[in-house]
Amino acid sequence: MSGINDFAFKMATVNGTGSASANSLLMQAIFRMGIPVTGKNIFPSNIQGLPTFYEIRVSKDGYTARPSEVDLVVALNPSTYAKDVATVRPGGYLVYDSSWPLEPELVRDGITILGIPFGRMCVENFQGDRDRTLLRNIAYAGALAALLEIDMDVVGQMIIEKFSKKKRLLDANNTAIRLGYDYAKKNYDCPLPFHLEKMNATGDAIIIDGNTAAGLGAVYAGATVGAWYPITPSTSLMEAFKGFCEKFRKDPETGLARYCIIQAEDELSAAGIAIGAGWAGARAFTNTAGPGISLMQEFIGLAYYTEIPAVFYDIQRTGPSTGMPTRTQQGDLLSLAYASHGDTKHIVLFPANPEECFYLSVTAFDLAERFQTPVFVASDLDIGMNDWMCKRLEWDDNYRPDRGKVLNADELANVKKFSRYLDVDGDGIAARTLPGVHPNGAYFVRGSGHDKYGAYTEESDAYQEVVDRIARKFAGAASAMPAPEFKMQPNAQVGIVSVGGCNAAVLEAVDRLREQGLPVDYMRIKAFPFSESVKEFIDSHSPVFVVEQNRDAQLRSLLAIEAGVPRDAMIPVLDYGGMPLTANVVVTAVSNHVAQAVA
Amino acid sequence: MTSITKPPVRHPGLRKNSLGFTVRDYEGAMSTLCAGCGHDSVTAALVQTCWELALPPHRAAKMSGIGCSSKTTAYFMKQSHGFNSVHGRMPSVASGANAANRDLYYIGISGDGDSLSIGLGQLSHAIRRNVRMLYVIDNNGVYGLTKGQFSASADIGSTSKKGEANLQPPIDPVLLALTLGATFVARSFSGDKAQLVPVLKAGLLHNGLALVDIISPCVTFNDHEGSTKSYKFTREHEVEISAADFVPLRREVVAPETDEAVSVVTMHDGSTVRFRKTPEGYDPTNREAAYAHIRACQQRGEVATGLLFIAEGGQDMHAVAKTVETPLVDVPYEQLCPGNDALQKLMEGFR
Repeated sequence: MSGINDFAFKMATVNGTGSASANSLLMQAIFRMGIPVTGKNIFPSNIQGLPTFYEIRVSKDGYTARPSEVDLVVALNPSTYAKDVATVRPGGYLVYDSSWPLEPELVRDGITILGIPFGRMCVENFQGDRDRTLLRNIAYAGALAALLEIDMDVVGQMIIEKFSKKKRLLDANNTAIRLGYDYAKKNYDCPLPFHLEKMNATGDAIIIDGNTAAGLGAVYAGATVGAWYPITPSTSLMEAFKGFCEKFRKDPETGLARYCIIQAEDELSAAGIAIGAGWAGARAFTNTAGPGISLMQEFIGLAYYTEIPAVFYDIQRTGPSTGMPTRTQQGDLLSLAYASHGDTKHIVLFPANPEECFYLSVTAFDLAERFQTPVFVASDLDIGMNDWMCKRLEWDDNYRPDRGKVLNADELANVKKFSRYLDVDGDGIAARTLPGVHPNGAYFVRGSGHDKYGAYTEESDAYQEVVDRIARKFAGAASAMPAPEFKMQPNAQVGIVSVGGCNAAVLEAVDRLREQGLPVDYMRIKAFPFSESVKEFIDSHSPVFVVEQNRDAQLRSLLAIEAGVPRDAMIPVLDYGGMPLTANVVVTAVSNHVAQAVA
Repeated sequence: MTSITKPPVRHPGLRKNSLGFTVRDYEGAMSTLCAGCGHDSVTAALVQTCWELALPPHRAAKMSGIGCSSKTTAYFMKQSHGFNSVHGRMPSVASGANAANRDLYYIGISGDGDSLSIGLGQLSHAIRRNVRMLYVIDNNGVYGLTKGQFSASADIGSTSKKGEANLQPPIDPVLLALTLGATFVARSFSGDKAQLVPVLKAGLLHNGLALVDIISPCVTFNDHEGSTKSYKFTREHEVEISAADFVPLRREVVAPETDEAVSVVTMHDGSTVRFRKTPEGYDPTNREAAYAHIRACQQRGEVATGLLFIAEGGQDMHAVAKTVETPLVDVPYEQLCPGNDALQKLMEGFR
């Protein structure tokens, strides 16, 4: 790495000081120069005063995974100096605030240290602590614009867009940008060896985070009831849903809302609201993270057994328990697949990026209603909260929701006696009715044992008949799931299986392994239950690596249990420290194993 | 929940309501509760209430959690949808259903265990949301279905069938509801149909959450408050029949008809509960006065009953959320999906 349009840099700041807007300004400016770029916000579970980092990766080849090394670090947080300086790659650069003497912690051989007096310049040019603190961030953005050759016209335009209505801020931001820019230009050899050059590689792509895309997907899917309890990292999903609803879902004449969002008292209630709304006939959802999923267990079992559709977004974070709320992981795979007590199995969809968060949202609502069951969308913090470059979202105006088997008033008028759980056509799915539609459609929902007519039962045969049918329904759902995505190469024997947010790093690793002379085939699983092709892929490769972000190789276990693949036929590649996966982890694991096998 | 279908016998003389239904059309499956259970009297009052209101049965949704009280949703209005959910969580399911379809009549049936222990949080927040529904608490101070543990509404000093005294203070759902800003608060007694039916009617038609706390004696694990003497008296008389699986057949407890402001009701265990009906001139729209009245009754060892507080001008969940009048389930998809043109315009903001 490291060259024109191929490098990474990182800002180490203190949270609550306004660095986020400077960081997104930098990233967006690069994107507008037509250069593929990704931003990863590595933030603390805190509002003010703790270390926060923002990593920007520029990749002319379009790689979006977290970079394996960093070429330049802007170190503005004294409490993390020692660690920050250590993350600069050999031969890389460190930018620090030279308003104060260089701290001995920052001194390191083999890197270039650039001092810029951001603090002093801001004190000299601005009034008040607030402005001085906030604008220091814009000043470092200006310095980076000079060092990395970010197009100043683009930056200027963005500042105008942001502050056009606030003259004072517009002027102050312009001044701050110039302070950093001019100082760097005057004192250092700009640009650095790695820097930016305009490209045309972004096409009509967009920059979006997964939670925003998922919230938008729920709007397009026709969801009307959203229930939630605030929890990192899922909160921004409902905020996005709300924002889009306010924009698109107000009755043009009355201004009244065609949606109802309920901030519940806890996750149990949020699940109950979604299920109650699903029962009444709305497309309803809740968004949460692992701790919320733990709390929702009982309700999930109710929806499964009484066959009520609802969509659950799990924006996974590092567990167990409270874990690391602002770090990513794929630690909920098993607890989603088998959520709740008793025999339960659930449809789980695994988006790999924000684009898929949008489209799989729609799929999730369709599957939930078609199979009359809770459906989980297993996203994660990295997908949900970070800025990804994605293909522009498109919508097919011919789409209509798949409401599944729901009897309408006319159909019910001709029904002599409706029985809720009768499988009439052998696909394991019984027709349902909605309350209020027709007197013939009334039935009694019960989480207690029931027979195929919906009546209470304690009879073994009658109970088993229903749960066996639900198992048949679930098995049948496998063929309706989004198919895995394959990337195959000629003569590849080695297979890599992965899921969700690992995708970007694995794709990059596949390319690097090929460059090293090792062709590998890659299968990315997009849904559970698994389709037939999942087992076929694993059976036809050796060795097979399963790459996932948890300690216990949960995807491998699920494959062993549900796809019928011997557990030992799959080699786990695990990364679970809470950071987005890098290609290095995969390349190292695979090439080490293959080298050992040869030796 | 066990249920037994009732034989469809129609008395030719049964009157019909404006929908052409007889009161029997509002009944449900045969109750499987203990004979003489107060909850069955509540069910009967609900049947009467819905019949008298000529409620279209399929436009009503019966919501419940878990417990003896929650079972009773199967025992009335068999032509209505019913949802027997999980313990203590009926309020959230009802909130969600109401969010989706605001036009149905929601009848929530809960108990003191379901609403005041495991579901206290859900009850409180449904009150705060002011979900339009009738919320009945069949309050007997005891966990019947698990055989006689104290509930959170058991009074200090009241004793279980085995003689253990409850030492924790009770939660009074009526005072709780008033504190939380409920817009309809009532209390009644399962044996007082004359009072109960009008209260239930008012509750069903209230534009918000109508909480009706109903003292409903448990014939099997009776632990109602009362003088220590009368409880002792009962215990002495119950010794020979104290096996927990034996349920004595008794007539339901009925309040004597009286014009007195306070009516004294003898319970199954011989203890008495004094019901003070709200006096003439009582202003049920004054929250503070309601609170004071209930507390004053409590101090005298009486239970205040009747429609205790009502604020009809309150905003229900949908009014606060400014939701469209049309139930969300009936809004056509075309009005929900913004379409591709809007999406493409939106995408410009992500560049």
